[in-house]
Amino acid sequence: MSQQKMSSQPLRLVGKLQQAQLEATMKVLVPIKRVIDYNVKVRVKADNSNVDLANVKMAINPFCEIAVEEAVRLKEAGTASEVVVVSIGDKSCQEQLRTALALGADRAIQIDTDANLDSLHVAKLLHKVVEEEQPQLVILGKQSIDSDNNQTGQMLAALTGLPQGTFASKVVVDGEKVNVTREVDGGLQTLALSLPAIVTTDLRLNEPRYASLPNIMKAKRKPLDVKAATDLGVDLTPRTNLLKVTPPAERQAGIVVETVDELVEKLKNEAKVIA
Amino acid sequence: MSILIYAEHDNHELKADTLKTVTAAQAIGGDIHLLVAGENCSTVVEQAAKVSGVSKVLVADNAAYKNQLAENVSLLVLELANDYDVIMATALTTGKNFMPRVAALLDVAQISDIIAVESADTFIRPIYAGNAIATVQSLDAKKVITVRATAFDAVATDGSAEVVNLSQATDAGTSSHVSDEFTESERPDLGAASVVISGGRGMQNGENFKLLEGIADKLGAAIGASRAAVDAGFVPNDMQVGQTGKIVAPDLYIAVGISGAIQHLAGMKDSKVIVAINKDAEAPIFQVADYGIVADLFDVLPELESKL
Repeated sequence: MSQQKMSSQPLRLVGKLQQAQLEATMKVLVPIKRVIDYNVKVRVKADNSNVDLANVKMAINPFCEIAVEEAVRLKEAGTASEVVVVSIGDKSCQEQLRTALALGADRAIQIDTDANLDSLHVAKLLHKVVEEEQPQLVILGKQSIDSDNNQTGQMLAALTGLPQGTFASKVVVDGEKVNVTREVDGGLQTLALSLPAIVTTDLRLNEPRYASLPNIMKAKRKPLDVKAATDLGVDLTPRTNLLKVTPPAERQAGIVVETVDELVEKLKNEAKVIA
Repeated sequence: MSILIYAEHDNHELKADTLKTVTAAQAIGGDIHLLVAGENCSTVVEQAAKVSGVSKVLVADNAAYKNQLAENVSLLVLELANDYDVIMATALTTGKNFMPRVAALLDVAQISDIIAVESADTFIRPIYAGNAIATVQSLDAKKVITVRATAFDAVATDGSAEVVNLSQATDAGTSSHVSDEFTESERPDLGAASVVISGGRGMQNGENFKLLEGIADKLGAAIGASRAAVDAGFVPNDMQVGQTGKIVAPDLYIAVGISGAIQHLAGMKDSKVIVAINKDAEAPIFQVADYGIVADLFDVLPELESKL
């Protein structure tokens, strides 16, 4: 009698443990990009070769920050077991990786390169990381606020053959599937994707947290691996050639009118935009 | 040169922006075909066949394309891609969704959101929220391009293209459609309206957006919003104008209670005439406005409505 009790106890424990492991074995990969801070007014270089990034404040791309937040929330909810962040660029992007670690990511990977990459190159490098890490979910920002391409997540989905949930404003993991509510032109659309899957974030997915000082200190001890992009076997030959960057056409300075009557009169007779 | 354009539609109506993408294709030059992928989309096919400058309309009418899922549409376009030098789509949410997938499957870079065609391989596109304009040359043999419709005029609808039905029905089987939640509106589409009136944080609440409705009705305008107004829950997100929302370039844009942050200007500063109504004379919106009025919007809006 007492022996039976003894043996059933550890069995139940094992059962619970297995269940807990089943609940949270999902690894989430979050690619992030170092970009100019969104509040900075960019200046085009005098030789029109590109915008001037010397001595300009840099930050995590806002959409990538939302991706990190979503991954950390999945971990806090017990859905995800590990959050891995990856960034492609020179040593300076380690600053953004450390920030992501301070926000709650577990470890970081820097793919070291100083090459000018097209989204296709980025997607191919990320494909190698996905092959190695085998995440269940990859969450990216929908676009970077510098190149404004809105391509990388979709390209990564194509290369990995995984389904994509772009412009996500809601992500619900449900067993073997993830339901993604997307911001589309006429409103919202919800799709069910089989896992593993690729999700790209829209601004309304969540409100990213601030990193606390203790978490910033802790982040310094979290693992950050550096891999050379050249070791990953991806052809990084440029596919596009940036010929010129110019400032946009300046608008003519307008006038301030005093009354609504004056405004209506100007719109009718001067600008001729209303009848 | 042969060009395939993906037709934007909702299975009932061809989106007018597709007519603008045809203009961009004509600037590249070549034989232009339209692809209509959807389900029970015969009315769209009829409209597509009349688009001027198009010689052929390819139709993939199948349940697999009903919701234009990126996984299925990209495989369809990939199958057709062999016959084309250029594949184009309008930079709306459908095109933005599946086109990069096509580009990666074809192993080419995509040129996103072009605003002008310089030559058959060189294109102009805004970067950094429209604060810089890049001239980009594509080095790939096959070009995959999305087009900012507001930068081009629409072609006429007096054509008569040949209609070819395709038998393709590619279902990747990795995604499925669950539901849609569309915003009902009698007003013109935000992207296509010739007049847009937008409200920002200064509107204070969603109820006050009604103050814009009377003016919108009188001007036949669409109603837009800044991100601040959307985030505060005043209005739904599909009304957002800006870098991350819709890009508009109407004849007249009226910004009400909008400060004019970089991200908002990115979505509307190519409007022909900009009017700002704001009580803060220092608001950055006045730097791009043709006509500004420094006053309380709650005084100005009713008066404006009564005087239109």
